[in-house]
Amino acid sequence: MLSRIAALFDFEGSIEYLPDLLQGALVSVELTICVMVIGLIFGLIIALMRLSRSRLLRLLSTTYVECIRGTPCLLQLFYIYFVLPAFGIRFDPFMAGVIGLAVNYSAYLSEVYRAGILAVPRGQLEASQALGMSRRLMMRLIILPQAIRVVVPPLGNYFISLFKDTSLVSIVTVKELMFTGQIIAATNFQYFTIFTIIGIIYLTLSYPSSLFVSYLERRMKVGYRRSSSRLVKGATVAGRVG
Amino acid sequence: MIRLEKVCKSFGHITVLRDVSLEVQKGEVVCVIGPSGAGKSTMLRCINHLEALDSGTIYIEGQPVYRYMKDGRLVIDREKRIEQIRSQVGMVFQAFNLFPHFTALENIMVSPLHVLREPIAELRPRALALMAKVGLSDKVDAYPHELSGGQQQRVAIARALAMRPKCMLFDEVTSALDPELVGDVLRVMRALATDGMTMIVVTHEMGFAREVADRVVFMDDGAIVEEGPPNQIFTRPNNERTSQFLRSVLQRREELGEGTLPSAPAT
Repeated sequence: MLSRIAALFDFEGSIEYLPDLLQGALVSVELTICVMVIGLIFGLIIALMRLSRSRLLRLLSTTYVECIRGTPCLLQLFYIYFVLPAFGIRFDPFMAGVIGLAVNYSAYLSEVYRAGILAVPRGQLEASQALGMSRRLMMRLIILPQAIRVVVPPLGNYFISLFKDTSLVSIVTVKELMFTGQIIAATNFQYFTIFTIIGIIYLTLSYPSSLFVSYLERRMKVGYRRSSSRLVKGATVAGRVG
Repeated sequence: MIRLEKVCKSFGHITVLRDVSLEVQKGEVVCVIGPSGAGKSTMLRCINHLEALDSGTIYIEGQPVYRYMKDGRLVIDREKRIEQIRSQVGMVFQAFNLFPHFTALENIMVSPLHVLREPIAELRPRALALMAKVGLSDKVDAYPHELSGGQQQRVAIARALAMRPKCMLFDEVTSALDPELVGDVLRVMRALATDGMTMIVVTHEMGFAREVADRVVFMDDGAIVEEGPPNQIFTRPNNERTSQFLRSVLQRREELGEGTLPSAPAT
């Protein structure tokens, strides 16, 4: 059985097209990094807009998030690559892929940020206000630094799932790992070999990242548990006496 | 210094403050006592606009603030002015609310540094002096989670003082503390009172109120029921509800076998 599977695997051929696949993997990594950087920045801006006191900003950002979350990422990519050119807006495949995924991810990441910001205890807001801080100062000095430790683990998870989601942009002919594989397979029909190698490449790149994320998660939790246990203790004492 | 005039506040259908009027002179220490839910904390939080009032006026140093009638028109203060007023009114909370990502010293310095834009060269020695004042010179670089509740609360007091406030509001600052840690915090507050700080202290510490207050205010059900010098309030209150409240506090203290210790707060 095992030998039959091994026989199906085209070892010799794989050496031939491995460089192409690795080149594709490099594009996938580039996509991931570009999209993550843009998504982290725009996600934060959108989150701050959703929490702003201006009704207009809230409306705009909420509409954006709901529209993006309510439609498939594939559709958004199609829109950017195939529909926008009809209005004279043209991107090369890589750009279209980056924009499509960044649009998508900024919406999801904004929700992560928003949850993190809302998770900062109310007492922190009140203490900052009582000290005369403006909303802007409070956000920058008190709220965001505390929200970050809450959002790092979920952001890490999004980072890993983004790396895999970059395969979506093969649909707009970006020569990332998946699309490169499809092109090669279309010429030599070595589906088993090629897609197995692709799987292994995704796995070897994702797994260390997920190890790193769970390391971050542990680190963040330690600090938080220690500081919050005091609050909890304080609260129970207050509950008992007061 | 601070004057409340017919302040009303409700949360939904629940009225928390009804026509509360109170005047606090410069340098005066006013302790506010009363059962839970009497509106003591809400009154305090209205003074620095953590809660917005529904009606009535608050005056700080003779000036109406936050929301008031002027020439027959309703004026609502701009954010900038509210921040400026708040920076002059120190507040200490029951739950300390120290910033967990800053050390004790940073907690003290963050606001003067960014709000008052005080140069760090002047601020640092001043912050160190404040740490010494609250008896925590050895904890300058400790993070809040490394401090006991009593130590955290003393840092919180120093943090409020660092803004050079004109008055201080204390909102049940010892209620979340283990009994053996209460004394250190009260000692710091007593020293402040001696220094002539204007203070409004919402407290369940009857011993502290009796000893330190210039005036005691008893609140119940959203209104000020009675106020007067501590001796009068604690020994011969005029109002039945006041004496009832004091009796129940005293009784609990005896049940706990704490005799004259100024601790057991009423529920």
